Parts: sequence; structure tokens; C-alpha cells
Amino acid sequence: MTDERPIAIDIRQVIKRFGDFTALKEVSLGIRDNEFFTLLGPSGCGKTTLLRMIAGFEDVTAGAIYLYDQEIARLPPNKRPINTVFQNYALFPTMTVLENVGFGLEMQGKPRSEANRRAGEMLELVQLTQFAHRKPSQLSGGQQQRVALARALAPQPRGLLLDEPLSALDMKLRKSMQIELKHIQRETGITFIFVTHDQEEALTMSDRIAVMSAGEVQQLGSARDIYEHPRNMFVADFIGDTNLVEVSVDRIGGGHATCNLGGGYMLSCEAVEGVGTGSRVHLSVRPERLFLSTERTGPEALRGRVVENIFIGTDITTILDLEAGQRFRVRASNSDRGNQRVFEPGQDVFVNMERGAARLLID
Amino acid sequence: MRTGAARFDFPGFKVMTFLCLFILYAPLVIVMIYSFNDSRSITTWGGFSLRWYVDVFTGPDSAKFKSAAFNSFSIALIAATVATAIATSAALAMVRGGRFKLRTATFGVINLPILVPEIVTAVAILIFFNTIGFTRGYMTILVAHIAFCIPFAYLPISARMQGIEGVYEQAAMDLYADRKQAFRRVLLPMMMPGIFSGFLLAFIISLDDFIITNFVKGAGVETLPTAIFGSVKQGIRPNIMAISTMLLAFSTVIVTLSWLVSRIDRTK
Ligand SMILES: Nc1ncnc2c1ncn2[C@@H]1O[C@H](COP(=O)(O)OP(=O)(O)OP(=O)(O)O)[C@@H](O)[C@H]1O
Ligand SMILES: [Mg+2]
Repeated sequence: MTDERPIAIDIRQVIKRFGDFTALKEVSLGIRDNEFFTLLGPSGCGKTTLLRMIAGFEDVTAGAIYLYDQEIARLPPNKRPINTVFQNYALFPTMTVLENVGFGLEMQGKPRSEANRRAGEMLELVQLTQFAHRKPSQLSGGQQQRVALARALAPQPRGLLLDEPLSALDMKLRKSMQIELKHIQRETGITFIFVTHDQEEALTMSDRIAVMSAGEVQQLGSARDIYEHPRNMFVADFIGDTNLVEVSVDRIGGGHATCNLGGGYMLSCEAVEGVGTGSRVHLSVRPERLFLSTERTGPEALRGRVVENIFIGTDITTILDLEAGQRFRVRASNSDRGNQRVFEPGQDVFVNMERGAARLLID
Repeated sequence: MRTGAARFDFPGFKVMTFLCLFILYAPLVIVMIYSFNDSRSITTWGGFSLRWYVDVFTGPDSAKFKSAAFNSFSIALIAATVATAIATSAALAMVRGGRFKLRTATFGVINLPILVPEIVTAVAILIFFNTIGFTRGYMTILVAHIAFCIPFAYLPISARMQGIEGVYEQAAMDLYADRKQAFRRVLLPMMMPGIFSGFLLAFIISLDDFIITNFVKGAGVETLPTAIFGSVKQGIRPNIMAISTMLLAFSTVIVTLSWLVSRIDRTK
């Protein structure tokens, strides 16, 4: 994951308007060579629009898109060495699986024999060799999905775009396709731009993620980075589960901010650019970075009363009301190893934080 | 909705249905039965025979029928082909052309001939040919048939096209096909059932047409329907029944075929 890899697809200040509706407001992103890059965001945030502009199905209102050192934003789709895996696959129903996979090569002017040979190799990669002569309608959803992947990979594009390719599959198949996709991306070394609105999927698969909302990139970073250092309210709330607390910043110094939760409770956390003394902002604390105890464990422990325990298989989530007035969720793994015990509703407990668990957010 | 027998259980519903079917089909059945009559009479049964079918091909009227049949089939073939080609382009423009000015108007213009009473169309075409000084004959029939076959070919083709999402052409273009290749290799094969079905429908409409043909045909040029009509005017002979039965059987086969083909789903 070195940062020295060259930029493969460079999106520079791209704006997209549909009439007087602005779908993308000046998006700039540099996607690196050989990267598994994910566009993540809620429905309607402009992921598909951005992808379609990279593929060439939508023209840009303003800005430029570079593929290595070539400006491609004004080229038709068939002149861009970038291929797409469509959400509903869009396999050609009148052609066999082999013809589908060989189509791109044939259109590139490769002789039939070579197209067939390479299509055969691709089918081997996605383990569908035995279905080469079937029609797409005779395949299951998961198999069709792999044909779509093979078809898009066969011409060896310089970038592969995938628009929610797994959304039509059931949970189990989805998980195994996630692994397979990642594996194929490594094996082929092709730059992937993957679109999803499923944050878990994005966290599992991506080298880097761009979190989008309302036509803007909210944060760009590795999965870990985004999960552990969310930059603003939207990202903290959208990625994973979190406790959001409104605080006022009392003091800033030495890289630390001291925040007042109310009720006399103070918390210190890392200072963040853009948040000054006296401002009212939000803190994000991930529930799994909190733990409960009956004894006070440190000066910053918060007093609270247990409301409810929710059992969700691997974890137990405890909901409690803090003395400072907020409602918190605390998650503990469902095992004895962590010395965790379950506290009964109504019981008074202390909520303790791991170091660095609280993050200041800009709004 | 409730299921089962109760659904159509209105009083008298069955009776009405059977009455309608009877009125519609009884004459056809009688024509079919009497076409196999051995007797010269058209009302009394004289035993089973194929003599009137033989008569159609070898009897005194056979020359007339043969040339009428040739005209009918050749006109139907050419008219259906040309109409299908025009209808396909029209459907492409209407379904894939995006939103252009007068789109709704265009749709109306394409389909209006189905709604306009045929006699009106017939008179209009006749006046048109007279105005431009076109001599009536084989060509005038052909041109008229092409014109009124277009909407019939258009309907199944555009219905089929509307069912094909634009994403297939996009996928083709994404895989380096230009517009032409995307059309020829991807869209056209998917449209084929609709095109074929439209062709068959146009073919049968042309083959069966009487009113317009009767108006625009020149003296001495007959199609099967006008030839049959001409013969009937001089009295109904059983060979007319034989030829009608053959025409009926042929039409039924083509219409069934057209329906079956239009049901082939190639989008899945
Ligand atoms: N052709 C269009 N004309 C007008 N508005 C459009 C068009 N295409 C997209 N939009 C709008 O642009 C916004 C972004 O749409 P887009 O399809 O990119 O969302 P998305 O992030 O892919 O959402 P989803 O997760 O639901 O697929 C939406 O508000 C949508 O209504
Ligand atoms: Mg989308």
C-alpha cells in the first residue's frame, strides 16, 4: 500500500449538473494504479453518476478526467480502455457465455481464434469453463455475475468499474464473491473502482475508500483510517456504529482538547483542525472501545445506569443512560476472555474509555 | 382477486359468450365443411370429396386464381418487407431517439391508419393516386399496401424495443463496439422476434386486404380477395369455399406463428 504508485485515474474538479440539479459538486479524486478503490455513500449521493462519467456514458458539466496522462472526459465509451461490470450484468442474451466474454476482444479487432482463446482463459479464472456454451439465461445469478466480470476483464482494461455488482446476490454468495473479487483484483493487477452503499462491504474489500454524500467527497482514506478517524459527523455516523455526543470545547493545548459533556464531566481527546475553544461540536465514540465496570477506573469514567442488554450473537450491546444526560451504547464481545460480565438493567455502572477512543468531529 | 370458478359467474355470462362465438364462427365452419362437399350445390350435402380443391388448381377459373394468388403473395411479401424495414427505423427513432419535438405527434401519425376507417383511407389513397396521375395497377396496390402495413409492423416491434433496456447497447459500447456494431451485434438480434412478428402481421394484413385494394387496383389486376369477390358476384360456386378455406388456414397459421414468435423472450 505504498503511496508512490502513480495515479491511474485522476478526477479533477468534476462537476455534474442535470438541469438545475447538481449531482456532483466539484469532485477531485486520484485513484492509484492497481488499487481497489471504493466509492461509498448513501443512495442518491452520485456514485453511479461519477462512475458513468468515468465510463463515458455521461458527459461532464465541468472538470477533467485523466487516465494516466490522457484526458478522457470527452471520449466516447468505446474509445476508453476502461470496462464496466453493470449492476444487472447486462449480459447479451442472444450470445453464449463464451461469445459474451470474447465480445470486447472481437470489437478490438482481435481475430476470432485469439478472442476465443482469451475468453476461455477468463472463464477459467472465474471457474465457469464448463458453462462456456450456455446462454446467460441458463446460469444462476452468481454465475452471471462472474460472466460479467470475465467479460469486462477479458480486454485487459486499464481500469475496471463495478457498480454495486454484488447487490443482487444473497448474503452468503455475496461474502464469497467479495473474497473472489479481491483475489481476482490482486491476480490481474487491474485498477478497480467499486461502488457500494454497504459500508461493511467497503471496509472489507478496499485499499482506499471515498465516502460520499450529497454529491461531495466527505473523506478519503484507508478503511482503518476512515473507521478510526472519521473527519466529520456524516462519516462517523455512516461508517459503523457510534455514539455521538454534543460537547463544548473548554480548552485546547498541547495537541489536546478538553471537552465538557455537561454534568461536570470532562473528556480529553486529540485536537482537530477547525475546532477552536468555546465551540460546540460532536464527539464520536465507537461502542466497542468502551467498557463497563462497577468500580471507577480513571478520572474520566462516566457514571450511568443500564437500560437494556441486546444480544446479537458475537456481541452484547448494553444501552445505558449517562448521568451527564446522554444515551450510550457499549459493545462487548460475547466471550469470557475479556473479563466482561453482563450488568443487569437498573444497575449503576461506570463507562470507561480506551485511550484515543473519543474523536472530535467537524460538522 | 378471487380465484376459481366464481370469477366469471355472472348470470347469463356463459350464454352470451357462446352466442357471440357461435355468430362469429358458425359461418366459417359452414364454409369449411361445404368446401369438402361432393355436390355442386352449396346447401345440400352430397358426400365428402376434394374435387373443389382440385378445381381451384385445374378448373376453368384456375388461371384467374393463380394470377391472383401470385399478385397477393408477391405484394404481401414485398409490402411486409418494406413496411417492416420502415417500422423498425421508426421504432428505433421513437424508443431510442430520446425526447424530440413532436414525439407524441409522431407516434400518432405512425399509428393513426389503424384507427381511421379503412374506407376513408381507401378513398384518400385513390384521390392521391389520381391527383399525381399514377396509372392504377400492380404498383398502386403495392404502394398502398406498404403504407397501411407500417403501423401493424410497428406495434410488435416497438413493444419489443421498449422491453430492451438501453444498458445492453451501453455494455456493447463499453466493450469497444461503435454505434453500428452495437446495433447490429446486440440490439438487432434482441429485436428479431419483434421484427419477425411485425413482418408476419404486416404480411397477413396485406394478404387479407380487400377494401383498399379494390379501390386502387387497375382493371384486370386482381388479388385473391378481389378475385374471390368478383367470382361471388356471378354466383357462389363451391370452389370459392375451397379457396376461402385455404386462405383461412394459411392466415391462422401465420397469425399463430406471429403470436408465438412475439412471446420469445430474449432479454433474460
Ligand atoms: N439522468 C438524470 N437526470 C436527472 N437527475 C439524475 C439523473 N441521473 C441521476 N440523477 C440524480 O443524481 C443524483 C445521483 O444519482 P446516482 O444514480 O449517481 O446515485 P447513486 O449514488 O448511484 O445512488 P444509488 O446508491 O441509489 O444507486 C440523484 O439524486 C439522482 O436523482
Ligand atoms: Mg447507483
